[in-house]
Amino acid sequence: MTTTTPETARTTVPTEPGKPRRPRLRIDFRQYGILAALAVIIILFQILTEGRLLFPGNVNNLIQQNAYVLILAIGMVIVIIAGHIDLSVGSIVAVVGAIAGLAMQQWGLPWWSAVLLAVLAGALIGAWQGFWVAFVGIPAFIVTLAGMLVFRGFALVLLTGGTISGLPREFNAIGSGALPTVGMPDLVTLAIGAVVSIALVAQQLRTRATLRRLDLPRERAVSFWIKIGIAVAAIMYLCYLLSYNRGTPIILLILAALILIYSFVLNRTVFGRHVYAMGGNLFAAQMSGVKTRWVNFMIFVNMGLLAGLAGVVSTARAGSAVASAGSSFELDAIAAVFIGGAAVQGGVGTVVGAVIGGLVMGVLNQGLSILSVDAAWQQVIKGLVLLLAVAFDVYSKRRSGR
Amino acid sequence: MTDSILTMKGIVKDFNGVKALNGVDIEVARGEVHAICGENGAGKSTLMKVLSGVYPHGSFDGTITFDGKDVAYRSINDSERDGIVIIHQELALSPYLSIAENIFLGNENARAGVIDWNKTNLEASRLLARVGLDENPATKILELGVGKQQLVEIAKALSKQVKLLILDEPTAALNDDDSAHLLDLINHLRGQGITSIIISHKLKEIRRIADTVTVIRDGSTISSFPVEDTDDIETRIIRDMVGRPLDRQFPDRTPQIGEEKFRVEHWNAYHPVDTTRKVVDDVSFSVKAGEIVGFAGLMGAGRTELAMSIFGRSYGTHITGRMFKDGQEIQARTVDEAIKHGLAYATEDRKRYGLNLIGSITVNVSAAALGKLAKLGIIDRHREYAVAEEYRRAMNIRTSSVSALTGRLSGGNQQKVVLSKWIYSGPDVLILDEPTRGIDVGAKYEIYGIINELAAQGKAVIVISSELPELIGLCDRIYTIAEGRLTGEVARADASQENLMRYMTAARSEGATKS
Repeated sequence: MTTTTPETARTTVPTEPGKPRRPRLRIDFRQYGILAALAVIIILFQILTEGRLLFPGNVNNLIQQNAYVLILAIGMVIVIIAGHIDLSVGSIVAVVGAIAGLAMQQWGLPWWSAVLLAVLAGALIGAWQGFWVAFVGIPAFIVTLAGMLVFRGFALVLLTGGTISGLPREFNAIGSGALPTVGMPDLVTLAIGAVVSIALVAQQLRTRATLRRLDLPRERAVSFWIKIGIAVAAIMYLCYLLSYNRGTPIILLILAALILIYSFVLNRTVFGRHVYAMGGNLFAAQMSGVKTRWVNFMIFVNMGLLAGLAGVVSTARAGSAVASAGSSFELDAIAAVFIGGAAVQGGVGTVVGAVIGGLVMGVLNQGLSILSVDAAWQQVIKGLVLLLAVAFDVYSKRRSGR
Repeated sequence: MTDSILTMKGIVKDFNGVKALNGVDIEVARGEVHAICGENGAGKSTLMKVLSGVYPHGSFDGTITFDGKDVAYRSINDSERDGIVIIHQELALSPYLSIAENIFLGNENARAGVIDWNKTNLEASRLLARVGLDENPATKILELGVGKQQLVEIAKALSKQVKLLILDEPTAALNDDDSAHLLDLINHLRGQGITSIIISHKLKEIRRIADTVTVIRDGSTISSFPVEDTDDIETRIIRDMVGRPLDRQFPDRTPQIGEEKFRVEHWNAYHPVDTTRKVVDDVSFSVKAGEIVGFAGLMGAGRTELAMSIFGRSYGTHITGRMFKDGQEIQARTVDEAIKHGLAYATEDRKRYGLNLIGSITVNVSAAALGKLAKLGIIDRHREYAVAEEYRRAMNIRTSSVSALTGRLSGGNQQKVVLSKWIYSGPDVLILDEPTRGIDVGAKYEIYGIINELAAQGKAVIVISSELPELIGLCDRIYTIAEGRLTGEVARADASQENLMRYMTAARSEGATKS
């Protein structure tokens, strides 16, 4: 028997003629399961609230109120895939909010440089924590537990005078503003929806064409079109709702950009692959030449940066900087990531999943508030949902073998 | 018909339409040692999981009769209650607990939840005496070597009134002495009426201790026959396992040896924790292009430590020495640098250091050479898939698709993924550490073919192995190593198991002092 060992890859895949061995792409139930859960929860509350859940104003609020969790969840999912955790993000939100507030009120900086400064401060804090985790080798749980105390303390120190309010209108617009509107329903929002839908279809068709050209496995045409149909319908419905309120929230654009960028980073870049590899088997990643320290460091720098951005967004939404801002945000973000299908041991998780997980929590909050459920009971319900989501995940993993 | 303790009939088990077992029949007589042989992926482990209730009754077809009655186990607890105990390849002991605590873990000598330590230690000593392990029951597991841990596992099984003891590759990680001791013990237990099933790739062992062997291939029973200690039996088992007579264990090869490719001079490394202990002591060697060079040594001789300290200093501290490739001195302070210089190291422990088991075959194959597939940090995933698909074909990795998780593959196929990963990284010097550990005969032959092919491409190949026949059959030259030092260098023509073993056990001669 001889064995050939290919040294370099040819660009075309040699195929066995007359034998269409083309495995169909299996549906990722982990991801679609959580999407289905979101749909069920939305429909449930839509019925329970007699249609009030999806009032245009409520949808607008849903997006703006939950933007900070979604931003944090995007950073947190990367941290968790790599097998770490970050408990400090809530405190970073507070201290960054304080810095932004001071920058504008006391140091007289224009709003945009205050935003830059705040995000940079977040990244620096991330670098500090990344240093301890990556280069000193202290578990992230401990480093960020310390960070949680330290940065909350700094927020209190910076804001000894109490709240800083009266922030510039442009700054507040980041959290609560919308794009200019034209008419009612707003044509700008509808146009954005149409453009996004077309771009989505075009992009999906192009990917599919590439797959066909290279003869790689691709899903059935029927399910492909059904999925695209659902996605387009959801996008257009969202835009339709928003167009009857105040138009496209600015934060929605920021979020959309972050989701696209970070999905790309995790799925398509070497950095993203290294994150998954380290979560899957740290030793194997090291022995394959992954610079694990630098990857760990960058993961925390990135988390700090996104926490800084979340700090800006939540301060802008509140219109003031408070030392108590961001408390328990870390728990919301972690919950969103796990509801979104990330594995506790690391190695598994997606940006889209984390965002959907965050939306599940958001819709629950919103729906329960509309139903005027007591805040105490809201907590109980949210806790149980988290538990059930992870239990379902564990159960389905056990079912699928091993 | 003899009195049989276990009968499994028509066992069929499928995973999402893929039949792992397709009609296995096995009959084990009371009080015998019954060997199960088969290639990796033949279904041995699945069969044992069916028997022990890991796959609960109802998730498979077929009947199991144990000790005269039909059984329907729903969990391991059910089967253990009937006296069926499995000892897995990866031992399941808690390192920070004592021997006694481990033996009675989950089965404590307790009254009202309070443990009776006197009784525990006393019974533990009795059990240890039965398995011939002379250790204090209060000793912590982490202080024991693998061989002794294996014995603790067996003591634990005895504490559960075992009737049928199943050993999965029991000697895979043991040295010859420990293996011999273990086999004697199994023999001894047979005398006490305990039936054993032993899953093993080592035909010499099967010849020695088994009464009957059942051969499984592709999920079906191929044959079952009594074992005698003869070469004919070995030949017959191999023939049934692979489905073809395997007259040669090693593929033919005409060495084409070129210039020196890689040289290491005066290499030293110290233990990472106990930094006064010299683990690699003044080692110098060289490998030529197209040459296969073996490293022979007993467990703990420092073979893996040597290889890992060379490969980007991934083991050890205070490493000194010089390295040359194609005559040029090179530095490899990190794994990344080592890979860039064209070195590759396929680890002996593929599950721990080699593979991302929850990642697909594709991501594992590309893991060491993502740079080749990426532009500006962005991976060309279509090409990546094509590469994985190409290696699946070239290396004959048996899987439904390259998107399958590597954790689901059999050992031999996992090893092929590890090799694919390192071959794709385009190395000039490959260090293969125990490349055929835990792999069946057929897959071994394939791996040997791959190694030969690599040498034929002009690469320098270093093979570390505990199996001397493998080194002798494969290598052009063999270095022996003992206590961190090179003790001999033997050309293929002069190599015999006897002279290699003599060098491997060579006592420290000249002035090598422990610093």
